[in-house]
Amino acid sequence: MDTESNYSGYSYYSGRSRGSHRHGERSRDRHKSRSKDSRSEKSVTINTPPAEPLLGDSSVRGEQVQDDNWGETTTAVTGTSEHSLSQEDIVRITKDLEDSVGLDCRRYFTLTLAVILGLLVFLTPLAFLVLPHLLWPEKLQSCGTACEGLFISVAFKLLILLLAVWALFFRPPRAGLPRVFVFRALLAVLVLLFVVSYWLFYGVRILDSQDENYQGIVQYAVSLVDALLFIHYLAIVLLELRQLRPCFSVCVTRSTDGETRHYNLGQLSIQRAALAILEHYYCDFPVHNPALLSASKSRAAKHLAGLKVYNVDGPGNNAAAGLAHSQSRAMIAAAARRRDTSHNELYYEEAEHERRVRKRKARLVVAVEEAFTHIKRMQEEEQKKAPGDVMDPREAAQAIFPSMARALQKYLRTTKQQHCHSMESIQQHLAFCITNNMTPKAFLESYLTSGPTLQYSRDHWLARQWTLISEASVTSGLKDGSVFLLKCVDFGLVATARKIPYIQMSEEYIDPKSHKFVLRLQSETSV
Amino acid sequence: MLHVPGDPVTAVTVQVEINKLRYGENLILGFSIGGGIDQDPGQNPFSEDKCDKGIYVTNLTPDGPAEKAGLRMGDKIMQANGWDMTMVTHDKARKILTKKKENVVRLLVTRKSLEEAVKHSMCKWTKQ
Repeated sequence: MDTESNYSGYSYYSGRSRGSHRHGERSRDRHKSRSKDSRSEKSVTINTPPAEPLLGDSSVRGEQVQDDNWGETTTAVTGTSEHSLSQEDIVRITKDLEDSVGLDCRRYFTLTLAVILGLLVFLTPLAFLVLPHLLWPEKLQSCGTACEGLFISVAFKLLILLLAVWALFFRPPRAGLPRVFVFRALLAVLVLLFVVSYWLFYGVRILDSQDENYQGIVQYAVSLVDALLFIHYLAIVLLELRQLRPCFSVCVTRSTDGETRHYNLGQLSIQRAALAILEHYYCDFPVHNPALLSASKSRAAKHLAGLKVYNVDGPGNNAAAGLAHSQSRAMIAAAARRRDTSHNELYYEEAEHERRVRKRKARLVVAVEEAFTHIKRMQEEEQKKAPGDVMDPREAAQAIFPSMARALQKYLRTTKQQHCHSMESIQQHLAFCITNNMTPKAFLESYLTSGPTLQYSRDHWLARQWTLISEASVTSGLKDGSVFLLKCVDFGLVATARKIPYIQMSEEYIDPKSHKFVLRLQSETSV
Repeated sequence: MLHVPGDPVTAVTVQVEINKLRYGENLILGFSIGGGIDQDPGQNPFSEDKCDKGIYVTNLTPDGPAEKAGLRMGDKIMQANGWDMTMVTHDKARKILTKKKENVVRLLVTRKSLEEAVKHSMCKWTKQ
């Protein structure tokens, strides 16, 4: 007979059973046992067939491929290995490699274009001024006072332009966006056309005819610099000022645990809005903790695993469509009836977990407070008098850490945060708190609540490469009801934009003298 | 039945004669009044028309002289000893009812059940 499988972390497979309908059930088992797996606890791992040598501990997630060798594999209980690579890591590394190359090319290309354009813009007025002296110095009228005054004006305006361009454009790039930044491209084209048209005019009217009126030439150069300053003003308005006024309220939800935040953005293109949202994400959203999601996954697996649907008639049945429909309805009905017990379990489980967390927290707080009482800051005079047992903050932290380490470790394990904080980081944080005279409560704050992603170490940023998915073109502007998705390896952020409505306000004047009141009584008198 | 100011008021009334009871120093009648032209008519729970500023009986002491005489809670007092009570202030109504020199107070009161009783009996009469 077929072997039974029990729904615990251990699954037993016999080599004999290979029915096709059992595959689905087994893969659910595998999925379930894997979802309970976490690196710091001992667990059962299953060696996959030797066709995949790269995977040390087989944590292939979510693959439901039917493997014919599957039924024949025997189990082996191994410990978790320290140096294993999971499929996720491999995907991440390959993605990093191939994308970094492409991005750098594009970045350097745009940088060189920008530098060329900048040089052209700055050297043009100087060229206008210098070329007549080089080409026809004898014919040129000497430069009078007014003309020399204009030299000063050109110099200072060029300096202002240089500073302004440096301030606006030469900032370290925040990100690489998928498509061209439309406004910048338009501005670059405008500047190029402008400079080219000035050169054309200069070439035809002044160089060819060798004009002697030097003052006119200097004034021409001044007008060029003035116009460049105005184009810079246009650049400020288009690139910086236009999106400052909030126009849209964007609701951003993380797809795994439902964390939601709302941000006010101005009129931006979708890619720039996505960039703004991502910058806010790193600062506002609490760090993504995949260990917290395992409970709901195991519940879902239990739901699916409880109902078995056997297709007795075979796959080639004509009425298969109708049968499948009725089968699914039957499944849903059965599931609805079965759900009566699982919500009960969830309720009691959550209450139990809450109690456990609170108990551990109480123990932790007491342990930390006690540990902090052992340390006392020495004053300057005392330091000179008794140089015996003086420690610097790091040593002090290491001295008191063991007394609270166990309580802290237990608490972190209960709240499933243990992979966010390493021993080293905890000791560093303790030394930091001691140096800055913080109380035990301040020290504990970073462990009791999960902070934004930026506060954690680099490997917990978890995603540097984001993919923007949108139905509308990413360079088009945000509209009311636009939806776009930002995906990284582990989760996605769903963003929905809503337009802030047009507000029609009217005025009403109330004369202050018209505020009059009467007393309305209803008294009762007994006679 | 909204009353338009200026129109004559018609009502079915019943006479209630109350003998005042001596209670210590005072002569009491055994009920409380509410209403008056200086009061807020909207807060009167007993009036049908919430603009009615008449004097209403709001409370009745059990086994007091008023209850024994046949006064009921929610009655509107139209006249007291000949003095009109439909257009008086609350304090004036109190003074009229609590004159120390009078031992008996004859009230003309109206209530909704009286109207209906009359209508009912008129119906029966027309049927006959």
